[in-house]
Amino acid sequence: MKLRIGIPRSLAYFVFFPFWKTFFRSLDMEVVISPATSKGVLDSGVKEAVADACVPIKLFHGHVLELKEQVDYIFLPRLVSINKEDTVTFCPKFLGLPDLIRATLPNLPPLIDEKVDLQKGPWEIYRLCVRIGRVLGKSPWASLLACRKGRAAQQQYEKIIWQLKVTPAEALQMVEKYQVLPPAAEEEYQLSFAVLGFPYTINDRFISVDMVKKLRQLGVRVLTAEMVPRQNLLAQARKLPKNLFWHFSNQVMRAAMYFMDEKVDGIIHVTAFGCGPDAMVNKMIELEAKARGKIPFMNITIDEHTGEAGVLTRLEAFVDMLKLRRGMI
Amino acid sequence: MKITFPYMGTSHIAFKYLIESLGHQAIVPPKPSKRTLSLGTQHSPEFACLPFKLLMGNYLEAIEQGAELIITSGGIGPCRAGYYGVLHQKLLEDMGYPTRMLVFESPFRYPLDFFKKVKAVLAPNKIGWLEFLGHYKRAWRKLQILDEVEAATYDLRPFEVHKGETTKIFNHCLTLIDDAAARDEMEQVREESLVLLRGIALDRSRKPLKIGIIGEIYVVLEPFANFDLQVTLGEMGVITQRTIYLAGWAKENSSWDGEKEVKEAAKPYLKEMIGGHGINSVGDTVHYARRGFHGVVQLAPFTCIPEIVAKGILNKVSQDMAIPVMTVFLDEQTGKAGVQTRLEAFVDLLAQKRERMEEMAI
Repeated sequence: MKLRIGIPRSLAYFVFFPFWKTFFRSLDMEVVISPATSKGVLDSGVKEAVADACVPIKLFHGHVLELKEQVDYIFLPRLVSINKEDTVTFCPKFLGLPDLIRATLPNLPPLIDEKVDLQKGPWEIYRLCVRIGRVLGKSPWASLLACRKGRAAQQQYEKIIWQLKVTPAEALQMVEKYQVLPPAAEEEYQLSFAVLGFPYTINDRFISVDMVKKLRQLGVRVLTAEMVPRQNLLAQARKLPKNLFWHFSNQVMRAAMYFMDEKVDGIIHVTAFGCGPDAMVNKMIELEAKARGKIPFMNITIDEHTGEAGVLTRLEAFVDMLKLRRGMI
Repeated sequence: MKITFPYMGTSHIAFKYLIESLGHQAIVPPKPSKRTLSLGTQHSPEFACLPFKLLMGNYLEAIEQGAELIITSGGIGPCRAGYYGVLHQKLLEDMGYPTRMLVFESPFRYPLDFFKKVKAVLAPNKIGWLEFLGHYKRAWRKLQILDEVEAATYDLRPFEVHKGETTKIFNHCLTLIDDAAARDEMEQVREESLVLLRGIALDRSRKPLKIGIIGEIYVVLEPFANFDLQVTLGEMGVITQRTIYLAGWAKENSSWDGEKEVKEAAKPYLKEMIGGHGINSVGDTVHYARRGFHGVVQLAPFTCIPEIVAKGILNKVSQDMAIPVMTVFLDEQTGKAGVQTRLEAFVDLLAQKRERMEEMAI
């Protein structure tokens, strides 16, 4: 029987899933993903997780619980760095995630919690894959081949996002079903908004109360940080006095400045209640928008109690105000 | 130049000394107060942590007194404190203040940057590097003496016969240390302070509980932020200890491989540095449990990321090592009475637990 590897449909899933899926499948493993977020998943996570954590972390606990009975291993790498940028790492909650999960949730299947620290050099990704392969009893050679296939899948996935300008959630769907969904008709959109935030809040339809779809229905083209080619984001980094320490926050901050340069109609920053990095990023974007003059900027904070109606009302008000200003209504 | 800096515990005495000996005018921010906090809260992001808000208030109050330059420390994360400097500067600019900020980063990581910044402070008064080194060493010694005297009070206070006497004498010692300028004078004052503290009337028949204090450095060091926790506990008759002192922290964090012991102790529970004092909180709790402490109090600002992770892990440590841990999250809404009540309840529980253990031992 094939070994079953569980991958929680949360946090890094939205960014690196194609890589790991291909990697594990090439090693002849079965990949099991936790079901899409629902009230039940969220509730079980909220019940177990440390009370002061942000909602994505609580949700992650829920997803791990979903996998608990179904798999032989839970894949929960410790993300430390994924590029060579100086002092850039991840939020402390990512750094301590395997330890936190172990301390909070008892009787889990073994965790694969190898450290992802790509700052060490270009070969680190291969070394990492060999280490993971060894845990699963695979030869280094097989792991290396699987790693190469994984990288190709990941590249293809990222290309889909920034070429077709779809959100990672949509791109993942395409990758899953091996089909390209038809892009929405351009003329339907009257405004374009940058919707910025962590990939695991924006792309989780439940926790973001399907904000992307709601905005599109209001006639707004939604742009996210992933749709900006990497080198354009890096170019923005030089305008900041100091890198932020958190990879995803850097993406958000740089994308915000990029989209301001591109003159989008508005920027919506989606943050999780009590998010440490976002407290800084949010103010930085606000000050940047203010310094550049009239760039409409809105902050939406979500948590486990966020209601659909409340968010919709705020989105509608924001869109209406902009349309009014542009003389569209 | 009029220079100010963050106010934190008793360290302002040493900072003031250093800045003045470099020929600048030191603007010591007023001791943090309700006003500091509300000023800071008003001009900070909503979810920034308490230290960020209090520092913001510090700076604004110091600017009212004419400060032209703010000196503070940087960091490489992933704790937010490393980015304070950038955001504080941007917020001050946004409010229209011309005040500049000089953010010192680790001299080992960015030596050139460090030397440039030190030079910027030395240049106006034409102070040579050798002279600076002398001043720096003396200020450092002052910081160490401050820490040593402070640490001594926590062992004495639970035994004091007259409530409040230790605090009174400690405050007197602080003025003495503040006034000492030359190196031998400092050593004299150190001796004198310790003699004064030894002179406090003590009742050694008491059997105080022992509680370890862990958490985020600012709220641990600054009594205003933690409602004078260590003094309150001391007056309740509890010996408190903490491993976080400014002199110790600065040393550990500017060396290549600091805090080895703590990392080792934390390893079974937390294998990665998570910024701030997260790993210390876990490692120290293990140490306190091994040394037979009765409990641990964790202090953390609301939304503090490293301490939240630590809190989650501490549940497990607490179970495994049978050491009760109480976490107090602090923000601008926290009230003194609430914290006091929780502390009293915690101490009562610890006392009961000790009694039970002693009965069982008999």
